Amino acid sequence: MNTELPPGLALQKVDERIMTLNVGPQHPGSGHMRIIVQIDGDFIVACDPDPGYVHRGEEKMAEYRNYITNIPHLERPVIHDSCNILYPYVLGVEELLGIEVPERAKYIRVIAAELNRCVYTMYWLAIYGIFLGHSTMFMWPAGDRELLIDLLEKMTGARVTHAHFVPGGVRNDLPPNFEDVCLRQVNYFEKRIKEYAAIFYDNPILIARTANTGVLSREDAIRLGTTGSVLRASGVDYDIRKKEPYDVYEELDFQTNVLKEGDSYARSKIPWLDMLESCRIIRHALQKMPKSGSVRVKLKPNPKGGDASVYKRVESGRGSLGCYIVSDKKPEPYRVKLSVPSFRNLIALPYLLKGEKLGNMPSVYWSLNYWPVEADR
Amino acid sequence: MSVIAPNFKFSEFVKSILDNAFWILLIFVLIGLPAVQVILFYIEMPVINGELLTPFLALTWLADPSRTLPILKAFMTTDLFKIVAFPGFGFAALIAAGTIFVERKMLAKLQLRVGPFYCGKFEGILQLMGDGLKLISKEIIIPAKADKPIFWAAPVIFVATAAAFVALIPVAPGWVVADIDVGLLAVFAIIGFFPIITILSAWSSNSKFPFIGGIRALHQMVSFEIPMILSLLGVVILTGTLNLSEIVESQTNFPWIIFLPIGAIIFFITILAELERIPFDLPEAESEIVAGWLTEFSGMIYGLVQLATYLKLYAFAALFVVLFLGGWTGPMIWPPFPEEIINEGIVMGPITAKIPGLPIFSQEMLNGVLWFVIKTVGVIFFILLPRGVFPRIRIDMLLSLGWYKLIGLAFVYIFIALGLLYAGVLGPGGIL
Repeated sequence: MNTELPPGLALQKVDERIMTLNVGPQHPGSGHMRIIVQIDGDFIVACDPDPGYVHRGEEKMAEYRNYITNIPHLERPVIHDSCNILYPYVLGVEELLGIEVPERAKYIRVIAAELNRCVYTMYWLAIYGIFLGHSTMFMWPAGDRELLIDLLEKMTGARVTHAHFVPGGVRNDLPPNFEDVCLRQVNYFEKRIKEYAAIFYDNPILIARTANTGVLSREDAIRLGTTGSVLRASGVDYDIRKKEPYDVYEELDFQTNVLKEGDSYARSKIPWLDMLESCRIIRHALQKMPKSGSVRVKLKPNPKGGDASVYKRVESGRGSLGCYIVSDKKPEPYRVKLSVPSFRNLIALPYLLKGEKLGNMPSVYWSLNYWPVEADR
Repeated sequence: MSVIAPNFKFSEFVKSILDNAFWILLIFVLIGLPAVQVILFYIEMPVINGELLTPFLALTWLADPSRTLPILKAFMTTDLFKIVAFPGFGFAALIAAGTIFVERKMLAKLQLRVGPFYCGKFEGILQLMGDGLKLISKEIIIPAKADKPIFWAAPVIFVATAAAFVALIPVAPGWVVADIDVGLLAVFAIIGFFPIITILSAWSSNSKFPFIGGIRALHQMVSFEIPMILSLLGVVILTGTLNLSEIVESQTNFPWIIFLPIGAIIFFITILAELERIPFDLPEAESEIVAGWLTEFSGMIYGLVQLATYLKLYAFAALFVVLFLGGWTGPMIWPPFPEEIINEGIVMGPITAKIPGLPIFSQEMLNGVLWFVIKTVGVIFFILLPRGVFPRIRIDMLLSLGWYKLIGLAFVYIFIALGLLYAGVLGPGGIL
């Protein structure tokens, strides 16, 4: 009987100098996954990320539910970014069913998606701070995040698991007086995150620690298929909101942030710059949004798609997030495939960590803008 | 399951109490009393008014209340009091407990949160007691393949070493547990113990993350001991003594930090590293190596390590005060003791009570302790502050800081001190 043990459990004959460390899954610096690290002294010889600890079979579950009841569980992989992870699915279903979305709903979706991107990025930034031993940078984003969570709660009724986007629009209209509250909170939020530069991004120790570590060159970033902030930190101007605009992004005024260094510092700075950009988008969308109108198209119960397939993608907080839906004239989709940015970015980890010091592992790992649960789906 | 005493019988309850009382009495008679007698036999008791202070004499305050204060005063000069209570362990533990509370509240204010709040009536002031109770009640888990004697011994030795460090600190004129002529040398000897304890505890737990943490602690402490010793050399050159009390007395006119600021800065950075505080908390870097060399500690073993860590924090801050900020010296701000109470007694209605033995503490001592505590608390505040502001640095940055920058700076500083000495400005026979 040939029983193959998974890597890391198998006894490997290695050099006596080399020590194998199982970083995770129960480790403060790993997230919900395991990284098998081989170190020689303080240098990492090899690194083998081992995701799959929180696999939940979201794609299989989607085959047993119809197009509407798929919504609440498909946002579970990244509940902090739940609007953005539903976005490609909803866009795809709309194309399958041939629904035209009202203009006001499109603006509401963009505002919700941008707010949610900020909420996610703040959570990510908090963990990045604590990975670098900066406890203030853990507490400040975790507290300021509540501003936007309150806004989203007003908007959707739930703090994190919104399930707000539905095929044909959004679930319900904005509450009265939402525009003023939103503008005020977003302005304050922008002022707060600009203060992070003083304590975190301009901190000399942080720059000395993360600059020139885990450098991903422009060619490697493209070759390894990374997306989102990782790709933009390596000097590639690639943003789905600009390249393949969906909903009303082409009518809004914003720019993509690109840095050339490709190191951990640049990768950690891009999401922060994106948050400032998101504040601009929200303000602009609030201006241009139609003040009244329908926000949802009534659907037939148990809508059926044709014999077709559709692939839609959006720019989530981590990068390009795609959703491939195959329909076979039944109320349930034949297949729903999520193409997630976290897994694409994780692919770069072994290349970046090889030859780095063990002290750089948390900063390089988390600068990849990676969410373990999303990679496992 | 959770019914309290399901088969409660009153007779068994009484029997259990009597059993316990019997065993306590037996142990007390067979072990406790002989032990107390042996201790009393060896402790040298002071003489007051021509009488030797024996335990029996100490009880005479019950018959004659006017003897209370002289007996108390005499007890305060004993070594036992000095070691257990005032300049020694009790005082240091009190400051350490205050440090933990202030650290948590201050950090919470900095990070826009509340911090300990519910335990105790005022702002969670009893949180430390709650934490201590929790740690005591927890099970102590030891790794199966650990070297058990060393694993048990290391935290105890750590506390003992930190307490020995505390014993060398002079708090007020004459108030020091061990007033020895080679005080600073003894400090260096004690500091040299800490990396050994760390690596012993890390290695004995037979686990990977503590081992890496222990090796990091060893690197860090050894590489920062050299600039630390060099940074104290300038003070020794200028005072010509190793006795810590004499070093304090040499600063009655001005503290050394005025002439030796570089040494003070080097010493401050090195104590941050020796104490494993952020930004130098590499041995406990949680996102890399769980909790470093503390990973396998649980229950009260962990509590002991924390106690020793904060005793060490107090001792290093106090050493900074003694060497660079002038220890207990400072303007007299403590009000003098009212003489009329000594001469005329206290008038309480129709009775005038004469209390012999007042004042218990002299004005100089109280003033010295006040200044010492103010300065120490200030230094501790600056030791705690980087935790809210800086991230952790990397081991190679740490080593290059220790071996290149700080040692180089320390040599510059020693030449400045020597220059001041030979120019005749400072030191024995200097102008100032």
